[in-house]
Amino acid sequence: MLFDPVWRDLAIQIIGGQSIVGLDQSPTSMLTPAGTPAQSVLGLSMLVLGITTGIFLVVGGLLFFVLVRFRHRPSDVNAAQEPPQIYGSNQIELSWTVIPVLIVVMLFLATARVVYSTEHAPKPEAALDVTVIGHQFWWEYRYPKLGIVTANELHVPVSDPKHPTPTYLTMSSADTDHSYWVPKLAGKMDLIPNKVNTMWIDPGTAGIYLGQCAQYCGTQHAKMLIRVYADTPEQFAAWVAHQKQPAEQDAAAAEGRAVFERNACISCHSIAGTVATGHFGPDLTHLASRDTFASGSVPMTESNLRTFVDNPAHYKPGVLMPPMHLNDHDLDAVTAYLVTLK
Amino acid sequence: MATQTPVSAVVDQTTHTAPRRLWLEVLHEWVTTVDHKKIGLMYIAYALIFLVIAGFEAILMRIQLALPNNHFVSPQVFNRLFTMHGTTMVFFVGMPILFGFGNYLIPLMIGARDMAFPRLNAFSFWISAFGGTLLYFSYLGGDGLYGAGSAPDVGWWAYAPLTAHAFSPGHSTDYWTLSVLLSGVGTIGTALNIVATTISMRCPGMKLNRMPLLVWIYLVTSMLVFVAVSPLTAAQIMLMLDRYLGSHFFDTQAGGSAVLWMHFFWIFGHPEVYVLVLPAFAFANEIIPVFSRKAIFGYPAMVAATVGIGFISLSVWAHHMFTVGLGPGANTFFVLATMVIGVPTGIKIFNWLATMWGGKIHFTASMMFAIAFLFQFLIAGLTGIILSAAPLDWQLGNSYFVVAHFHFVLVGAILFMLFSAFYYWYPKMTGRMLSERLGKWHFWIFLIGFHLTFDLMHIPGILGMPRRIYTYEADRGWTLLNMLVSTGAFIQTVGTLIFVFNMVWSYFRGAIAGADPWDAWTLEWSTASPPPAYNFATIPSVASRRPLWDLKHPEDPDSNYE
Repeated sequence: MLFDPVWRDLAIQIIGGQSIVGLDQSPTSMLTPAGTPAQSVLGLSMLVLGITTGIFLVVGGLLFFVLVRFRHRPSDVNAAQEPPQIYGSNQIELSWTVIPVLIVVMLFLATARVVYSTEHAPKPEAALDVTVIGHQFWWEYRYPKLGIVTANELHVPVSDPKHPTPTYLTMSSADTDHSYWVPKLAGKMDLIPNKVNTMWIDPGTAGIYLGQCAQYCGTQHAKMLIRVYADTPEQFAAWVAHQKQPAEQDAAAAEGRAVFERNACISCHSIAGTVATGHFGPDLTHLASRDTFASGSVPMTESNLRTFVDNPAHYKPGVLMPPMHLNDHDLDAVTAYLVTLK
Repeated sequence: MATQTPVSAVVDQTTHTAPRRLWLEVLHEWVTTVDHKKIGLMYIAYALIFLVIAGFEAILMRIQLALPNNHFVSPQVFNRLFTMHGTTMVFFVGMPILFGFGNYLIPLMIGARDMAFPRLNAFSFWISAFGGTLLYFSYLGGDGLYGAGSAPDVGWWAYAPLTAHAFSPGHSTDYWTLSVLLSGVGTIGTALNIVATTISMRCPGMKLNRMPLLVWIYLVTSMLVFVAVSPLTAAQIMLMLDRYLGSHFFDTQAGGSAVLWMHFFWIFGHPEVYVLVLPAFAFANEIIPVFSRKAIFGYPAMVAATVGIGFISLSVWAHHMFTVGLGPGANTFFVLATMVIGVPTGIKIFNWLATMWGGKIHFTASMMFAIAFLFQFLIAGLTGIILSAAPLDWQLGNSYFVVAHFHFVLVGAILFMLFSAFYYWYPKMTGRMLSERLGKWHFWIFLIGFHLTFDLMHIPGILGMPRRIYTYEADRGWTLLNMLVSTGAFIQTVGTLIFVFNMVWSYFRGAIAGADPWDAWTLEWSTASPPPAYNFATIPSVASRRPLWDLKHPEDPDSNYE
């Protein structure tokens, strides 16, 4: 029990004071933004936090003063006497009405500026377009101008402030409401069926940015994780070129491919260049080129994949993919096929 | 000043020694009663039972979240837990307990013998009670034809299209809809009763501007209920039509609108927050002056602020929808409306401070809870300002920051003020004092647990933790914080158990209270504790806002200044 990884992890956090002191070490902290929208929210946050802290200190200090200064002292000579009764004062009421109104006006103007600068930002020519479709419980990404369809791991180019190449996400949902939240890149935006929303991100440095669905969408809402890969221009070009290829045809995995194609797998999944053209589940054309599967919740290894295909609910109870009841031989074959889909 | 009946003349000093009766007779009396005090007490008891149930659900969730990738409960069970916790706390704890106090206190405070419509009062209570029972019956009956689900698992907002048949087979969502619908019917009935009572049943001399602030606030709250609960009821009926008669209001697979449900729900949901918090303000308006030994500061301003909050709260609902994509125009409007509501709320806080200023503050358990209410409501208001700035909501909305914020309102402000109200009015309701010593233990333990849980709960939200997840990844830096948050929940449980013990123990062993144990000023303290069925032997007549002050200080009555 004590050596359970979970307890060990907790012990490390306690000893290192990690989650108290190192707030900025969280990979999903809004306090360490890596893109313009998240940066401008943080700027506004600091202003609002400053004002609210000021109000807190003044009013909290007043409360503390009143409690100490005007406490009932049984030892006083006139302790039994009632204090002077004061019923109110219009001047005082006016002052603590007008001052908050002024604060509200200032806060409102600062907020409105950030709202418009983010939601009405002009779209540069070089912007990349990606369509994001939320599903129970995974993300579908389509690059309409590049002819790429992929799932769960979004690749975008790094955006250089001098020549911005932001990525514009056009979002909707295939089933229930979802919400796209990668705190280091931008605030969240909901994906709602029958409604098209847009947001944009412009990661300034290459790397992987994490997030997850932020609108309760059903049983597996918790493991609907987001991974955004901000690639250098070269990496991104290489990734695009690779994703445009049809699926790998490895003769050694022909048996697994046959198993895949004669089972119901093909009703839900697509693999470009094969008979698999289903649209209900993630596109698997380049499945093995991803680092994770099951919407970012499981590392991409052959044994993990085998476990998942055997019983998808093992990792994600509530997942919509049913267990296919393959025998061990077929299971090995189909897993061997899937890992060739580089 | 001319023809005032002194209140002392009407205090009923008879001691009541009712003969012992069979328990069936007692039960029959409670089930068939139309007495506002008995109905009020039943509301309170009923809410306390559900408070324990929903609190237990919270504890189960906190055990699950104490560690990452924990397997204490399954995702399905966890989703039912937060749905039931939220629905129960709002509809079957918050509303009934506040209406319970209102039912009990309003006729006493305005010098009336009962509510305007006693039978409607009983009906409202029993229909609400039926709603709560129905909600929990879903654990048995929710399986339905398809064997899917048991209790509802759609979240207490029940966002469309999660509630459509495609995503919620079985009957769990139907139980949710029906129970909320029934609770709404009961709520509207009681609100109607409160409005009619305050308008038409006040004793001679009690003009509107002499009503205790508690009664004023309950009047505004009840008006708010009319406007807020009606759309919710309509939406529930539309949802039932969708599920059973093939309409498509919210069924997005057939062209319905998910956003329409959000508007319906939040045009109810945000005023509902004020329906819950205004009664807490009402208690503070009665309790803070008495234990500061001063009249409330700025009575007209307090009334105006209450009415102002009532109106403005009807125009802020879409601040729950800043991430829905309503566009910058709508977003900035709702930013402004939401920030503006901070002004009347601030006026209230300043007036309470001014009431204490220059007073002689007695630190009874009741007053300590009221002071903690003030402090925590200040923080809740400030995190509310933070969330009202739409861009901050894009980051923090639907995160644990929001969960911490509204628990600061619901627990830090409302529950603390309810505890304060229990210590203050329990002597009136039972004739016995609650133990002050246990009360202070209750206060400090609950305060520590509360701050451990809800202060720290803000931080995981800032670090990207969304609400309503049954588990989380270990690498996000949320682990230690969640462990501490869960620890605080257990400390709060200990505090609550002390309170429950205090209520039971004091009922039998507490000091005899007498009519007026706090040397207070409003009419409920002018009759025996507990009050007789008819409340007042003779209907009192008043000349100021504090009739008992006038009585105790004939040389310097309030009526000279109002």
